[in-house]
Amino acid sequence: MIAPTLIFGWGNPSRGDDALGPLLLDRVEALRSGHPEWGEVDLLTDFQLQVEHALDLEGRRRVLFVDASAEALDSPYRVTWLGPARDSSFTTHALSPQGVLHVYAAMTAKPPPPCQLLVIAGEAFELGTPLSGAAGANLEDALAWTCRWLSGDQVPPDACPPGGDGVGGTPPGTVNLRDCDAL
Amino acid sequence: MYQFELETAKNPDELRRIVIEPVSRVEGHGKVTILLDDDNKVHQVRLHIVEFRGFEKFIEGRPYWEVPVLVQRLCGICPVSHHLAASKAMDMIVGATQLTPTAEKIRRLMHYGQMLQSHALHFFHLSSPDLLFGFDSDVARRNVVGVAAANPEVAKKGVLLRKFGQEVIRVTSGKRVHGTGSVPGGVNKALSAEERDYLLKDADQMVAWSRDAVRIIKQLHCQNAALYDSFGQVPATMMSLVGPGGELDFYHGALRAKDKDGETMFDQVSYQGYNTLLTEGVKPWSYMKFPYITALGDEAGWYKVGPLSRVQNCDSIPTSLAEAERKEFLAHGNGKPQHASLAFHWARMIEMLCAAETIQSLLVDEDVLGYDLLAGGPRRQEGIGVIEAPRGTLFHHYRVNDDDLVTYANLIVSTTNNNTAMNVAVREVAKKYLSGRELTEGLLNHIEVAIRCFDPCLSCATHALGKMPLEISLVDAGGGVIDRIAKTGDGEIRQGLA
Repeated sequence: MIAPTLIFGWGNPSRGDDALGPLLLDRVEALRSGHPEWGEVDLLTDFQLQVEHALDLEGRRRVLFVDASAEALDSPYRVTWLGPARDSSFTTHALSPQGVLHVYAAMTAKPPPPCQLLVIAGEAFELGTPLSGAAGANLEDALAWTCRWLSGDQVPPDACPPGGDGVGGTPPGTVNLRDCDAL
Repeated sequence: MYQFELETAKNPDELRRIVIEPVSRVEGHGKVTILLDDDNKVHQVRLHIVEFRGFEKFIEGRPYWEVPVLVQRLCGICPVSHHLAASKAMDMIVGATQLTPTAEKIRRLMHYGQMLQSHALHFFHLSSPDLLFGFDSDVARRNVVGVAAANPEVAKKGVLLRKFGQEVIRVTSGKRVHGTGSVPGGVNKALSAEERDYLLKDADQMVAWSRDAVRIIKQLHCQNAALYDSFGQVPATMMSLVGPGGELDFYHGALRAKDKDGETMFDQVSYQGYNTLLTEGVKPWSYMKFPYITALGDEAGWYKVGPLSRVQNCDSIPTSLAEAERKEFLAHGNGKPQHASLAFHWARMIEMLCAAETIQSLLVDEDVLGYDLLAGGPRRQEGIGVIEAPRGTLFHHYRVNDDDLVTYANLIVSTTNNNTAMNVAVREVAKKYLSGRELTEGLLNHIEVAIRCFDPCLSCATHALGKMPLEISLVDAGGGVIDRIAKTGDGEIRQGLA
């Protein structure tokens, strides 16, 4: 039985604030026994996104990608809707979330499930550094948003269909990431 | 150190500088600088890689038993190779000179799973865009999504092969990422019959698809032999581990080197003496070291590692299908070693086939279901572990004090071993394809294609990956930018100073 909800957080736990994605998953894991209303939730993590992660989207009703941002954000976190994009992702071995969605669409010949991207602001990404104080505070804010998302308090996905450029409309209460560098 | 042809220009201040930064579709941060005169004649080419060397310091002071897990954070692509190389070094620390059959076979399973998934990713998703569409093709197609759009079945096989390799790793290491399965002295997790059967049900298919991959690259190679047999020629010494019978072995063995003509230079040399056998040279223009065989010196002692060396160094491959392919590969060279960089791909797919076959045979070996997982012996203070990682020979060396803390760590990663060879390859390509011609993105991609053949993999800051555009700037002798070409995140090419 595939859990209808997937949260996929990525980053290197040894690189300071790059651990924000995996840390958010840890926090959700610790909380979920007290929230039966969330339903079945899969929590997956990796160092970076890759082609095989497209297979993890199969059978989901909603997916939340979670990453840290090295860029200065004007808020503790940002959320946007995602769609498949002919994102080149030509740099290195890593794919963008839009690229993962595109691989899914290319492999299955069907649209991916509704996907959102949550980026959490970080500031220190050096090897061996602990989570910065600012990132820790941002993590708490992002966790609160995630709990609301899991509870279904967000605008339903069909109210904000993804655009063809890989970034869709902006649900109320979130920030459009059309120009987000983290993408 | 010795200066190679086109390594250093006589008059760099009078030349135009081109910087390709970062090199795309390689792991980590790569940069190529090219110095040209007014007639676009190439005078200097250097591949710089900002390799992360600080990891050794990060390890020092840690308890030795943490190291096999910790070193996985060195790299987001081949963490298992570091996990196992560190484990082998720590086996020595705990006195486990011989692992139990179950422990060694579970580790091998994990390692061959890593080899399968890494080679599948490289061929199907990183290199096939160049090979299927051509080096000068539309840059927007020349990526993984382009392959999926034009060849959905090829892309799908690549994804599923990689997924299978990841599943082998998950089952043997206990976790999908950051696995803890390999520990000093053995492994900490037995394989259940259910897990074995789960993997075994797909093993035949993986072997079949790996054979298909060999056919694809063989066909591409032979259809355009003039290009594939000459592009990025690097006639060099080849070094790798081989088994006691001279057979291909990715997990363990002794060092063998053959010269560029295929003559054996040394054989069955224990890697415990790697730090006298090899010297890590330093050049002022790169953070990455330039290893060479000490006895031959820096001019003649450089070498290359990885699939092309391994397949041509060994006397045989222990699995039947891959062995037949190895013989065909050697026959293509008419008895002489193949040194063209594009031949890496053919050799890499033969290795992938070997990995798939080996996984299949290990899964039906009853030893992998055993419960005797750990070995030990007299405690030691120094350990060296070497493994054939997907990209080549990987050295891990540690010293541990009486408090069980690491006091010294030294890593020579596969890509470092290939440093000189990669530089020679890009100079060869620059001289042949760029010199005297008007620069285009397609021509500059030739440089990147040569680098990608080696599948460089560097210590990675995961976060930085996946969002780096490629930007090429032309800079005059005074440092002013006179032209710029950039690839944006969506593959669009923009040229100009605006």
